[in-house]
Amino acid sequence: MLESSPLFQLYLVRLRDFYRQPARVFWVYGFPTLMAITLGFAFRNRPPAPIQLDLVSAPGSGAIKAAFDAHNTRLRQSSSAADPIALTPPIDVALRDRDVAMRRLKTGKTPLVLEPGPNDSCSYHYDPTRPEASLARQTVDDVLQEAAGRSNPRPVRDVQVTEPGSRYIDFLIPGLIGLNSMGGGLWGVGFLLVNFRVAKLLKRFVATPMPRRDFLLALLGARLTFVLPDLAVLLALGVWMFGMPIRGSLALVVALEITGALAFAGIGLLVACRATTTEAVSGLMNLVMLPMWLLSGVFFSSERFPEALQPVIKALPLTQLVGGLRSVMLEGAGVVDVAPALAILVAWTVVTFTLALRFFRWS
Amino acid sequence: MAECAIQVQNLRKEYPGRSGPVHAVNGIDLEIQRGECFGLLGPNGAGKTTTVEILEGLNRPTSGAVQVLGLEWGESDRAIRERIGVTLQETRFPDKETVREIVTLFRSFYSRGLDPMEVIARVALESKATAFVEQLSGGQQQRLAVAIALVGDPEIVFLDEPTTGLDPQSRRQLWDVIRDFRDRGRTVVLTTHYMDEAERLCDRVAIIDHGQIIALGSPAELIARMGGEHIVEFALDSADGSATPPTVESFLTLDSVLAARTEADGFALTVQAPHRAIPALLDELERGGRPLARLTTRHVSLEDVFVALTGRHLRDDENARDSPPPMKGRRRF
Ligand SMILES: Nc1ncnc2c1ncn2[C@@H]1O[C@H](COP(=O)(O)OP(=O)(O)OP(=O)(O)O)[C@@H](O)[C@H]1O
Ligand SMILES: [Mg+2]
Repeated sequence: MLESSPLFQLYLVRLRDFYRQPARVFWVYGFPTLMAITLGFAFRNRPPAPIQLDLVSAPGSGAIKAAFDAHNTRLRQSSSAADPIALTPPIDVALRDRDVAMRRLKTGKTPLVLEPGPNDSCSYHYDPTRPEASLARQTVDDVLQEAAGRSNPRPVRDVQVTEPGSRYIDFLIPGLIGLNSMGGGLWGVGFLLVNFRVAKLLKRFVATPMPRRDFLLALLGARLTFVLPDLAVLLALGVWMFGMPIRGSLALVVALEITGALAFAGIGLLVACRATTTEAVSGLMNLVMLPMWLLSGVFFSSERFPEALQPVIKALPLTQLVGGLRSVMLEGAGVVDVAPALAILVAWTVVTFTLALRFFRWS
Repeated sequence: MAECAIQVQNLRKEYPGRSGPVHAVNGIDLEIQRGECFGLLGPNGAGKTTTVEILEGLNRPTSGAVQVLGLEWGESDRAIRERIGVTLQETRFPDKETVREIVTLFRSFYSRGLDPMEVIARVALESKATAFVEQLSGGQQQRLAVAIALVGDPEIVFLDEPTTGLDPQSRRQLWDVIRDFRDRGRTVVLTTHYMDEAERLCDRVAIIDHGQIIALGSPAELIARMGGEHIVEFALDSADGSATPPTVESFLTLDSVLAARTEADGFALTVQAPHRAIPALLDELERGGRPLARLTTRHVSLEDVFVALTGRHLRDDENARDSPPPMKGRRRF
């Protein structure tokens, strides 16, 4: 029965073509996993990094150095995270000659130089355009002033947000899922079609009584088959390795992913509908994908872009997919909340498929 | 079964070109009978592929009428496709599929047809049934393409240059497959620029040049139309001291010589009776004091027919150095 079903046979061709090429399997499943792991570790919560400080040797520098050493010792001894001092970074102080210290500052080897002056005064040398220099100056000054007896009249407490669900990795994983869906749709559908066209296979297919509908359905079926393991890998990684929560319904996550995959398959189809060389289609695909890489809020929030761009950004399918996934997974949003995202994705699917089928070139 | 396999009337195809339209097919009329093996023979760019692709429904003619098995493209496309098989001039199958998988795939497109393994056996690829396409030689890939053309058990099969680029043994293997198909009473339409292929395989051939049929008939008829049966080729010793080389015309007056032309390094004469022509030629050369470097005789081939009609060789690679002028006697350009 299945043996003689063109739809099933075409679908099998697609699957085999994929799993028989280990390199492709790696790019689709291995690469995003590695990327999530790398970025997850790069941005995981760590104690604050020590501040580099060059102290100019001069009369009075001994007392200053002692103040920093005392700060570092207190820091090392405080075991409880509740102690407010645990949040300040240690200060790595090095005594140097003035010339050496200034040269190190100019060449960017140290962000801050502290030079003791007469009557307990001192001066800071730093480049204010370097954010870490200003930060270092602030912290060093606080430590120095408090050691000299300054008291802070208003008690403060720092509350740091490190709960699962609001960390960078939690933000990143839905972004990577969306990115994968886009790449898979465009390369998996668009590139394949152009390769088939270049190889004259599409022409060979239409010389048979093959139902053309089956060819496209098989392509979509295969696409959806690849999308789910892809989603599962990244979700599992997020949940098991980084403790990412899935607060909303998993079914809704899957529904969003499938709608997104269809929209991207449609875009892939449209991009490839007339291209006759792989160079042409690669160029077109990069043209389509690059704005979404940049604007759709995969790696950082798209809210930061200017107001005027926001309507464009909101209309991009990747923005909607990633935004929808984030709100379901991290905020527990329901169907009603993501209905606009779903609607925009469906609109992309319908429009791209309609155009692509009208202009599709088989030979 | 009364109707022809293929009927074509006044077929034309124009492509837009930089310097005016290109007439790829320029008024072709054809009738191909059921059960015959029909060859379209012509040089590069003659319009063979354009013609067969129109017959296969893959290309639309600018004007003209085409009937395939009594049906017309645009009306009964699916019905025609169920009953024809096709190989394109160049198709690359996906590298990572096996022979059997590809044949099974194509079998699934037809509502009736042959068992995939049976077709694979017909083209003698049984031992490669589970090999990936990328592991096949060029000849094996061509046979796979033919297997796919046959898998729907078609009434007509179109083969566009099925043996180009193959070694002699692979070509012979493919000829066997094609003959076997023809012997089952089916129709074959093939294009080629190998005249020996057309001579051995085809019941009738149409010689095409510049989108037009310039000769049509069985290979034997076309050769007979040359008048003579034999070609005498000879070259003169280049160390020969005599001032002027002989003109082609000087050989036309010899006994039994019908036509003469210059070849790359010598001359070719079409003769009726070599036993009369050769002594006459030798006498003539003797008188002029021109020593012979080489002399051969052979039967007339379709190649000679083509050269006689167009003044050019069929394949660009043959005698590409200097294309010989047309046969004196029946010039045609
Ligand atoms: N798509 C096209 N656009 C423009 N011109 C074309 C197109 N296809 C073919 N031609 C031109 O039509 C003419 C006939 O081409 P065709 O491919 O039919 O020749 P052919 O006899 O099959 O040659 P070959 O032996 O090289 O395969 C050529 O001059 C070719 O340049
Ligand atoms: Mg051709």
